[in-house]
Amino acid sequence: MAEVTLRKVVKRYDEVEAVRGIDLDIPDHEFVVLVGPSGCGKSTTLRMIAGLEDISDGEIMIGGDVVNDVPPKDRDIAMVFQNYALYPHMTVAENMSFGLRLKHYPKAEIKQRVTEAARMLDITDLIDRKPKQLSGGQRQRVAMGRAIVRNPKVFLFDEPLSNLDAKLRVQMRIEIKKVHQKVRTTTVYVTHDQVEAMTLADRVVVMNHGRIEQIGPPNELYHRPATKFVAGFIGSPAMNFIPCQLEESGGLLQVRVSEAAAFPIPAERVARYRGIPRDTKLLLGLRPEHLVDAQSNQSAAFQPFDATPDVIEPMGMETFVYFPLAGVQLCGRINPGIEAQAGAPLRLAVDLNHMHLLNEATGAVL
Amino acid sequence: MTTVTLDKAGPSRKVRSMSRDRKWAMRWSYVFLTLFAIFFLFPPIYMFITSLKTSSEISAATNPWWVYNPTLSNYVELLTSNQFLTFFKNSALVSIFVVTLTMLISIPAAFALARMRFWGSTTLATGVFLTYLIPDTLLFIPLFKMFATFAQWTGIELINHWWVLIFVYPTLTVPFCTWIMIGYFASIPKELDEAAIVDGASWLQTLLRIFVPVALPGIIAATIFAFTVSWAQFLYPLAFTSSVDQQVLPTGIITTLIKGDVFNWGQIMTGALLGAAPPLIIYAFLMDYYISGLTAGATKG
Repeated sequence: MAEVTLRKVVKRYDEVEAVRGIDLDIPDHEFVVLVGPSGCGKSTTLRMIAGLEDISDGEIMIGGDVVNDVPPKDRDIAMVFQNYALYPHMTVAENMSFGLRLKHYPKAEIKQRVTEAARMLDITDLIDRKPKQLSGGQRQRVAMGRAIVRNPKVFLFDEPLSNLDAKLRVQMRIEIKKVHQKVRTTTVYVTHDQVEAMTLADRVVVMNHGRIEQIGPPNELYHRPATKFVAGFIGSPAMNFIPCQLEESGGLLQVRVSEAAAFPIPAERVARYRGIPRDTKLLLGLRPEHLVDAQSNQSAAFQPFDATPDVIEPMGMETFVYFPLAGVQLCGRINPGIEAQAGAPLRLAVDLNHMHLLNEATGAVL
Repeated sequence: MTTVTLDKAGPSRKVRSMSRDRKWAMRWSYVFLTLFAIFFLFPPIYMFITSLKTSSEISAATNPWWVYNPTLSNYVELLTSNQFLTFFKNSALVSIFVVTLTMLISIPAAFALARMRFWGSTTLATGVFLTYLIPDTLLFIPLFKMFATFAQWTGIELINHWWVLIFVYPTLTVPFCTWIMIGYFASIPKELDEAAIVDGASWLQTLLRIFVPVALPGIIAATIFAFTVSWAQFLYPLAFTSSVDQQVLPTGIITTLIKGDVFNWGQIMTGALLGAAPPLIIYAFLMDYYISGLTAGATKG
């Protein structure tokens, strides 16, 4: 077990910079998820930690040692690949013990470790099967088993659940979390799925265009995003962005989204926003759960307004409504008990205590 | 109602026409397979019939497709003649050594060219294949000259020894085998060797413990090719060996069974048939391996 440190890490492919100077400190035992859209450099970063890609610039340290020029086999890491990468000619047990056999561990210890890992992953019955006789979920378990038996300093996961169907993905996500709670190995996990990132991570690293946008625990990223990218990427359905302007009317600071609609800014937020120049082009960021039905949210915190939803999505425990406001399509979340119909007017309410104001030009959350 | 009938009529008509297409495709493929089978079996059957005839019957003006006085004398004579057994032994030794040598060179070369990206590796891979395109008829004179010069410098005479073929044949087999192995190795998912490397394997261990077992069908295909080439090669042994005891089967049969303008057809056919047997047997044994892909289950799918 060890901590992983990245110092100004750069990866260049000819003229293209895939990773543009990343700084990241991962303490021992932490589960860090690198998340971002495809091409954001998250997999490249992981592969540089693994040693499968050369580092163009900067430093990577594992357990305090610079490993820039250390080959993968000497880094004491284990990696789980998206497509499992099981050795097709070996049984499950042979797959899992391959690394240990290469290092000439005693037979009894190999057997003990494989048995232990197989028990942990619930694949004891499959131990003598070949990969082709296994289902996708079982193969992914074996791939994890292969990582666990090595007892490495760091686990690296490269989109391990992307090849599984939705139901299995949820199940394996829980398995991965359980395994980490048991073995507590430092883990770097790459995914493009923000739900995986939120549910698994101690800390999430959001990447975009080869840079880190924000690092933080899942809840911090969700509630206090630093940039528009993070605000829009984390959370499903995504945060709504409404073009708006600040204005003062009668000594009251309010945010105007259209000719007809303006909402007063809550008292505790006034100080934070008062300094913003009035002519700055702003975006009002609101998560769907803060655009609710007025009927069941009547406290003073909610500002009611009228809208006409054009799409209704009942999810069972909640209902999403999509409606136009100030020229943009918004998504709100209403109580499923409310009768809402597409095309029929609906009284909604906005909770501005959870609002975000963003600079439209820079994308920064103010 | 209308929509329901339409929906039903659509797919069922499609299914019927598909199965009819399939049926016709099967019929045509059988027609052509039969034609090909007749075409390709014609020479060996003719050889077999002739090998059972006496010399007088071969030269007699009887139906060539019927044996009136079948005899095994051609087989007995060949298999008890020291000459023929020497050819056979030489051929076998040359082939075994050439196949071994080819595999020892081709597999690591293909692995390096397919997986270890280094400067000029793609150019080198293409270059390897281009060397295969140079016909052996163009190469044997320079090779002959090289051997002569080598003998002048070192005093070691390479020409007219059966074992010189062990060094000559790989010029034909190595490029082609390397090329098919590159193709085969390239089809192995990249993650498989990355997993092995992360697991702590060296390049050599990755090659021997992952690539060779996984690429076995490809290796067998290359082995069959190398064996067939070295077993059937005619021009090089004709050019480089002349003494009877140094000859291999293809040239041996021709040089000893044709005396002036007298062709010993019965024995020539018998020898050719016996000579064709080993590759056939090897094909038959390795075909299952060759067809079955071993990569199934390595990654998704």
